[in-house]
Amino acid sequence: MSIEKTSINRRSFLKVSALAGGGMVLSFSWLAGCKPTPKEVLSMPKEWFELNSYIKIGENGAVTLFSPNPEFGSNVKTSMPMILADELDIDWKNVFVEQADFYPERYDRQFTGGSQGIRQGWTPLRTAGATARMMLVNAAAQTWKVSASEITTGAGTIHHKSSNKKAGYGEMASLAATLPVPEEVKLKEIKDFKIIGTSKKNVDGLKIVTGQPLFSIDHKVDGMLYSSIVHPPAFGIKLKSFDASSVKSMQGIKDIFSVKVFSEDYERNFFDTATFPEMVAIVGNSTWEVLQAKKALKVEWENAPQSSFAMTDFGGNKSTGTIPAGLENSADHKAKMAEYTTKPGNILRRDGDPEAQFKKAAKVLERTYSAPFLAHNTMEPMNCFADVSGGKAVVYGPTQAPESIMGTLVQALGIPKENIQINLARMGGGFGRRAYSHHMVEAALISQKVNAPVKMVYTREDDMTSGVYRPTYSATYRAALDENNKLIAFHVKAGGIPETPIAPNRFPAGAIDHYLAEGWQIESNITIGAFRAPRSNFIASAEQSFLDELAEVMEKDPIAFRLELLDRAKTNPVGEKNDYNAARYAGVLELVREKSKWNSPLDNVHRGVSAYFCHNSYVAEVLDIVMKDNKPMVEKVYAAVDCGIVVNPDAATNMGEGAIVDGIGNAFFGELAFENGVPNKTNFDKYRMIRQAEAPKAIEVHFVDSKEDPTGLGEPFFPPVFAALANSLYKATGRRYYDQPFAPQLEMQNLKM
Amino acid sequence: MAKFNLNINGKSKEVEVDAATPLLWVLRDHLNLTGTKYGCGIAACGACTVHLDGVAVRSCQMPVSNIENQKITTIEGLSENGDHPVQKAWLEHDVPQCGYCQSGQIMTAVAFLKENPNPSDPEIENAMNGNICRCGTYLRIKAAVKTAANS
Repeated sequence: MSIEKTSINRRSFLKVSALAGGGMVLSFSWLAGCKPTPKEVLSMPKEWFELNSYIKIGENGAVTLFSPNPEFGSNVKTSMPMILADELDIDWKNVFVEQADFYPERYDRQFTGGSQGIRQGWTPLRTAGATARMMLVNAAAQTWKVSASEITTGAGTIHHKSSNKKAGYGEMASLAATLPVPEEVKLKEIKDFKIIGTSKKNVDGLKIVTGQPLFSIDHKVDGMLYSSIVHPPAFGIKLKSFDASSVKSMQGIKDIFSVKVFSEDYERNFFDTATFPEMVAIVGNSTWEVLQAKKALKVEWENAPQSSFAMTDFGGNKSTGTIPAGLENSADHKAKMAEYTTKPGNILRRDGDPEAQFKKAAKVLERTYSAPFLAHNTMEPMNCFADVSGGKAVVYGPTQAPESIMGTLVQALGIPKENIQINLARMGGGFGRRAYSHHMVEAALISQKVNAPVKMVYTREDDMTSGVYRPTYSATYRAALDENNKLIAFHVKAGGIPETPIAPNRFPAGAIDHYLAEGWQIESNITIGAFRAPRSNFIASAEQSFLDELAEVMEKDPIAFRLELLDRAKTNPVGEKNDYNAARYAGVLELVREKSKWNSPLDNVHRGVSAYFCHNSYVAEVLDIVMKDNKPMVEKVYAAVDCGIVVNPDAATNMGEGAIVDGIGNAFFGELAFENGVPNKTNFDKYRMIRQAEAPKAIEVHFVDSKEDPTGLGEPFFPPVFAALANSLYKATGRRYYDQPFAPQLEMQNLKM
Repeated sequence: MAKFNLNINGKSKEVEVDAATPLLWVLRDHLNLTGTKYGCGIAACGACTVHLDGVAVRSCQMPVSNIENQKITTIEGLSENGDHPVQKAWLEHDVPQCGYCQSGQIMTAVAFLKENPNPSDPEIENAMNGNICRCGTYLRIKAAVKTAANS
């Protein structure tokens, strides 16, 4: 049991009675694939009583839980309310889950990204649930004139044993809602959890499989117009002029104009990455008509000169951002990156005297790894609904970070934030892309200009060519070995366009006496953004591929070699800033070794291992390849995970399966290249995505049994996959794969892909 | 603009649109049937899959004027209460992550199982290979197709 001061979450307890009423979209959590009998259907109460921002209870005992974070597929809309429900002590069957709109006055952190939803929501959600429960208990104590300490609860009922008084939560809700919020509440012991740790189905499952409108792209109101955009065809290009008359008379077309998302003096925030701050908008009566005009529109573009803007970075520091001029090419990128790998970088960490050790080494292993730009390719393209009129705005769209786009909306629309309501749509994927929500600003500007509700939709081509990509990276690893083949020094130098992927205090830093990490970066006008496990998604692939090759050179088993290094980091760490727990790291490697029967693989199976720690969680993976008809097929992947307490095990497993499939797909196929600033792929005919037949035949996800507070899962499964694949491909083909994507190289070896 | 009479989910619907308008946009913009999704517009992702006389087709590549008297079924018309065996299997395996591609996946699976009620694993993989799931729920999709086949 722990005691939580409720003040940490005080704003959640503001009572806003206006919201206690109706107008909701409801999710029925009990719909698990079977048709409910009428008596199972939870009836709507006549009145809702709000106990805090997350919880309202009807007089009939129905409970609505608000899920604060935007949902992009990681299932927070089910898992976060589960945490509330457990501490509230209710039956999950009686729960409605509702997506909260963006209300910073009521919720602490409405951001989906960085695998932080569950981790940072854990204590606030538990506290909110426990506080509401305490208020219901206090209401019963007052009504029954007994001591609150003698009252127990269970599954939505309140019980006083000695007087044998019983009541449902609904009966006490109206009084409870008027009582003072307790200053402190007791949280449950882990052993007393009834909902946390049990698998609950996606609360939106039935709506998804019946095609109900859940996404902003599905939204429609009376009088709504349709809109699309025309953005510059290349990076380094901007709008010069357009000929509205070329399309104005086309059927169904209402208006053509340009929109600018940033005013001149606007100071951008960390997530204000808009690739093309000015673009042409076309508005009409239907999507198809708008798309015809989009094709016919005559636009003139011009080269964009170098430009700069004021910004406040992630840490709150003010700086100036620069966008270089020029039309960039992937061939030049590669040449420049190769040049940087030979030059000294910025020293990010140095332990001991690595240079001296390399000089006296008997053997040096050096390898360079690379990966290309990647597009996020969310299945639902960028889109947004906006209704801006009379100095007020309602914006409903897919965003991971509503708080970060509010200021951008304010400056673009000239409307104070009090008059802008951002509502959170379910997202058809995010993967980091929708932390940059300028599609919302574009839709709002379009609506403001035409003074009507508008739905703005990017085509797939607009989406794939509008930037905010995963950067391209390169990393060079060196290991120095003495005459006994013992590792004496380790050096990594890595960079990218436009950022370095290195986290200098991560493993194997801390495990090697003489260690050097250097970074470099090259400027570009190709915009980049967070992409599932930013930076880790590349550096893990390079590091874990290198450790595999190094283990081979040292004639060690790859898991045993990693465990030796981790043992050093645990028992006698080098340096003080190591940002991982070596015991937990080793724990997932040991678990995956056991579960995959590492030491006794099946015949004809080629296996590789990889492990990584990022976003507070530890993951190790073993990947098995079988060669079938000259084609490498991923037969099975074993994952071992330490993310503390697992809130919703089956959903967590689903997340792991998806991330592993995603990693295999990007490692084999993912690539976006540029010629004269133009992306070389614009749709799924050329941009190869992993499909059903290429997915592993089986994935096993094993969780370390843990009582640690939970950490996130959206990202940590992803980075280790790339090297697990590369290392198993090596076993299958006898070749090491240093450059992503792997498929073109496999095809060069006359293998089928 | 021309008038078209369409048989959608067992009901007759009249729309007045440009003859080249793909069925996808007729469904989404004109008939409020938004369960059928836009993903790529070039028949490369499967998100827009519907049935034409029970056969899975890509509605983004199907001009409304090419549809004569065929019966159109969309995800909304698959069952009354989400209780089609394929939908039930999807719920049982808790397949979706973001959920955006799933109506296309389900429509492909339903048409496929009608043709091949007892498919092998490679047959399922082949049949479902045209539908992209960016979240990577392929294993659950395959498991759900198998469960539906057995029900």
